[in-house]
Amino acid sequence: MSNEIELIKDPGLPTHVHRRADTDPKAALRAERQVAILFALSALGTLILIYSYIFIKDDVFIFIPIMGDTNLHQLGIGMGMAIALFCIGAGLIHWAKTLMPDEEVIAQRHEFKSEDEDRAEFVDTVKAGAADAGLGRRPLIKTTLGAALGLSALTPVLLLRDLGPLPGDDLKKTNWKKGTRLVTDPGDRPIRPEDLEVGAVAQTLPEFPAGKVRHLDDVAKDAVLLIRLRPEEFNLDAERLSWTHEGIIAFSKICSHMGCAVALYEQQTKHLLCPCHQSTFDVTRAAKVIFGPAARPLPQLNISVDEEGYLVAAAPFTEPVGPSFWGRLK
Amino acid sequence: MKRLSRLRRHRAAGPVLLIFALFTIGTTFQVASAVNSETTVLADRSAAIEEGKQLFLKGCSSCHGLNAEGVEIAPSLIGVGAASVDFQVGTGRMPMADMSQQAMRKEPVYTPEQVNALAMYVASLAPGPEVPTDEMLNYERDGSVAEGGELFRTNCAMCHNFAGQGGALTQGKYAPTVMGVLPKHIYEAMITGPQSMPVFSDKTITPEEKLSMIKWIKSVEAEPQLGGAALGRVGPVTEGLLVWTLGIGLLIGCAVWLATKAR
Amino acid sequence: MTARERIAGNVAGYVDDRTGAAKWMKKNLTKVFPDHWSFLLGEIALYSFIILLLSGTFLTFWFDPSMKEVVYNGSYEPLQGIKMSAAYASTLDISFEVRGGLLMRQIHHWAALIFMVGIVVHLMRVYFTGAFRKPREFNWIIGVGLLTLGIVEGFLGYSLPDDLLSGTGIRIAEAIIQALPVVGSYLSYFAFGGAFPGELFISRIYTVHILLLPGIFLALITVHLMLVWYQKHTQFPGPGRTEKNVVGYPLMPVYMAKAGGFFFIVFGVTAFLGAVASINPVWLYGPYTPGQVSAGSQPDWYMGWLDGLVRMAPPLETYLFGYTVSWNILIPGLILPGIMFTGLALYPFIESWATGDKREHHLLDRPRNAPNRTAIGAMALTFTLVSLINGGNDIIATTFDLTINQMMWFSRIAIIVLPPIAFVVTKRLCLSLQRADRDLVLHGRETGRLVRMPNGEFIEVHEPISAEKAWLLTSHEQLAPLELPEHDGAGVRRPGALKNKLRNRISRAAAVAVPKATETERRELEGHH
Repeated sequence: MSNEIELIKDPGLPTHVHRRADTDPKAALRAERQVAILFALSALGTLILIYSYIFIKDDVFIFIPIMGDTNLHQLGIGMGMAIALFCIGAGLIHWAKTLMPDEEVIAQRHEFKSEDEDRAEFVDTVKAGAADAGLGRRPLIKTTLGAALGLSALTPVLLLRDLGPLPGDDLKKTNWKKGTRLVTDPGDRPIRPEDLEVGAVAQTLPEFPAGKVRHLDDVAKDAVLLIRLRPEEFNLDAERLSWTHEGIIAFSKICSHMGCAVALYEQQTKHLLCPCHQSTFDVTRAAKVIFGPAARPLPQLNISVDEEGYLVAAAPFTEPVGPSFWGRLK
Repeated sequence: MKRLSRLRRHRAAGPVLLIFALFTIGTTFQVASAVNSETTVLADRSAAIEEGKQLFLKGCSSCHGLNAEGVEIAPSLIGVGAASVDFQVGTGRMPMADMSQQAMRKEPVYTPEQVNALAMYVASLAPGPEVPTDEMLNYERDGSVAEGGELFRTNCAMCHNFAGQGGALTQGKYAPTVMGVLPKHIYEAMITGPQSMPVFSDKTITPEEKLSMIKWIKSVEAEPQLGGAALGRVGPVTEGLLVWTLGIGLLIGCAVWLATKAR
Repeated sequence: MTARERIAGNVAGYVDDRTGAAKWMKKNLTKVFPDHWSFLLGEIALYSFIILLLSGTFLTFWFDPSMKEVVYNGSYEPLQGIKMSAAYASTLDISFEVRGGLLMRQIHHWAALIFMVGIVVHLMRVYFTGAFRKPREFNWIIGVGLLTLGIVEGFLGYSLPDDLLSGTGIRIAEAIIQALPVVGSYLSYFAFGGAFPGELFISRIYTVHILLLPGIFLALITVHLMLVWYQKHTQFPGPGRTEKNVVGYPLMPVYMAKAGGFFFIVFGVTAFLGAVASINPVWLYGPYTPGQVSAGSQPDWYMGWLDGLVRMAPPLETYLFGYTVSWNILIPGLILPGIMFTGLALYPFIESWATGDKREHHLLDRPRNAPNRTAIGAMALTFTLVSLINGGNDIIATTFDLTINQMMWFSRIAIIVLPPIAFVVTKRLCLSLQRADRDLVLHGRETGRLVRMPNGEFIEVHEPISAEKAWLLTSHEQLAPLELPEHDGAGVRRPGALKNKLRNRISRAAAVAVPKATETERRELEGHH
């Protein structure tokens, strides 16, 4: 008769079901013993840890199924620690579950919101305080305070200036100059064209004069990959073709995407793959990007030979190597 | 007599007889074929080349051409040298069964003597890289492990991974694992540049440096688990997989146990 | 009174004289905590943080964060005589010369991975149950902050040993910094003290990793826990549970024992992983040099999705008056993650705006009863999972005989196509589950027993469900959609009309639900049986 829809009611907390340990003293004793065993196991774990740490040498290996030959010292201290810790936890939890009271307790939530009069009093207090401070009445203080704080915020920024030098055109220069010999990495040996067979690659760096130390900063820009193909396999314009020598072509090894070393050369497809994000470059077309997120081909180094027949750079790179940056083309 | 007739009617009699028959046939065939191949004599070099030629014509020429000049599906073998053949056939890559992606390492079809014969035949066609001798492969004596590691990481790790476990190339090709490979096959791969692998000439990586690399590879292969199960030695992918399966699985299991009412 | 009780009383009195602690301790020792296994997920993260502090402190006693070049002279033969940074050399020493050093390194790294897993599963629990609603929005924002900082902290941590794999990661991070428009190269030179890799970076990130970020973590985690403490934990709906109470167990002794025990469980499992599973074997990677890289280079899993996004990005770079803007780096590396994390942080406010629900909530939602929210969550998870999988595409390709090219194209398409499909499927699933709940309440549980009636009809016997279960399945709220006016009384379009229209639409979608069973309907049906 009434339009009222009656909802299903809350039956309240279900009647408590007692655990075995609550009613049966033997079950309680059993639970207690189980907890004790767990704690004892933990102690055993610590003993294993101590024994392994002191007495097992770190060159002893034993065979464990699935894992293979395993270092016993490492396994002993590790498993000892794991057992020691885990069993304390298991003991505590089992104790709480079986023996500590598990009757559910109800607590009431309180309203977070303050009473209206408390809120009003709060607002009044703040207003009175602000009035006492007098900022509103004294614009000169407010302005100069703002200027003082604002200016002083610049100090920490300024103090960080010497974190590093300005880049200048450092990112656009490498150690490759006209006449710089290509040397093997590692080994620092100069290379002749006849040292490379067709299908061969070589990891190279620029030769450093005696006394000058090569740092990783230099490697990060100078690394060059040499690849030898048959000259007829190139698909280059005349200028880029003149940068090769007898089928040998040189590219910067630093990926134009994000700077990983690109040296995965697939001899049959003549593709270079960067393992970081799978950018793929076609060597026959001056490292043109044919797959992946790289947006630019790898810079090509103009190479030829010097009077003694060693491979040298005929000119520095004509563009910055490595990942892009804002002022790259300026 | 009764016992024998009873055994004859035993349930297991059939299977036992079958196994016995298979065993007999199998061993007979093995012995017979072993006897056959033992008759192959390798004392004479020209005999070896002739044998190699016969093996080549039978097993390789259908793809590589009657004179090893190459056809569309297989390259010319003229000038590839004995080392290439020793590598390709010795690791079972050739004859190539599955033509889809790239030649896979598998059980070699030919015996070592046959591989040698094939190699000598192909080497006779034109000069090429030679099979390294045992004297050339004494990496224990001539190689340096630490230098080998440096060389491997600079020249090989980008394809074969930092621990030589192998890696992906484009279009489904891959650089295989270098674990469990004979030192001479490693050497030959470097000097011949099989399939996608480039050539590492002796001038850019000297023979001593190659031995150092082999020594390092062998030391990594023999290196036992220092920190526990290696999880494939491929890095964070398997490590992440382990935490998301075993790690959180154990922890959630314990959490469920914690919150379940005791009986 | 026993002697022990007397001494304890004296100590307590001593402390209380000076702090007044007895009153609030008494109140807090009896504080009630609801008990559900999914409430322990946040504790996994919390305890992992403590484990990280402990194991990390151990490591700092031996680690040398300097990038100065040294020649290795320790016991690991394959690296003897090799030039490397002091940071890398000291990591090798911890692994090979310090007893328990390798174990602690591994425990530390496994704990870091578990810390992030804990945060993510905890976030999923909080999201899918709607625990972020008023009054817990601040805590949600703190949580998102902890997630973001955790990712950074982990990245810096595994970069400290300066090995080939993590050095590659730093190279990529530097490329992201460098790609920032206008200021990129300057910021990079400031961060690295010059050109990459420089000689200062490891010691700088060491300070951030052991001092700055842990300090921020401690502060944020403290506030996070204090808010939970003060606001009291939420609870799942059920018999006897209301918006105005908390049903559970008291802190002392039950919760202390269980939560304290769980700390040892987490520590024990982490130690177990550290004992049996190798992680970050830096001696195999070798020291970092920009001229080397390993096949299959990935960051740790919690950054894997970022790597996946970068891998699948189109090769987009534009030139603005001669200046280079690398969209192929900025979009996947900064813009997309920025949008995702901002959206995540603001979600509580977005949801309350969309549904118009501004009330306090202390009872959790069963995910099926909030189909829109659950579907959005499934969508986000799908997006992250596709990008995570793409992050490992080369290893997946070699393991399962696929090609990286296939994986890349699959990911590019899947990341756009799969999330909306996940949304629709999840929403439908939730509604189906609601229907199943309704049927359960109205018709009871299907017992599988068939009975033939006298008139020949076959029926399946249904067992009525318990009153507690019926309450659980019908106690949730079903919000009506908003009907905000677009025109005022005179028919003139209001200024906020478009916003209102949008809110109406979204709340209507969010309000799609199977009407829950009522007592009235049950009684009506009873008449038929």
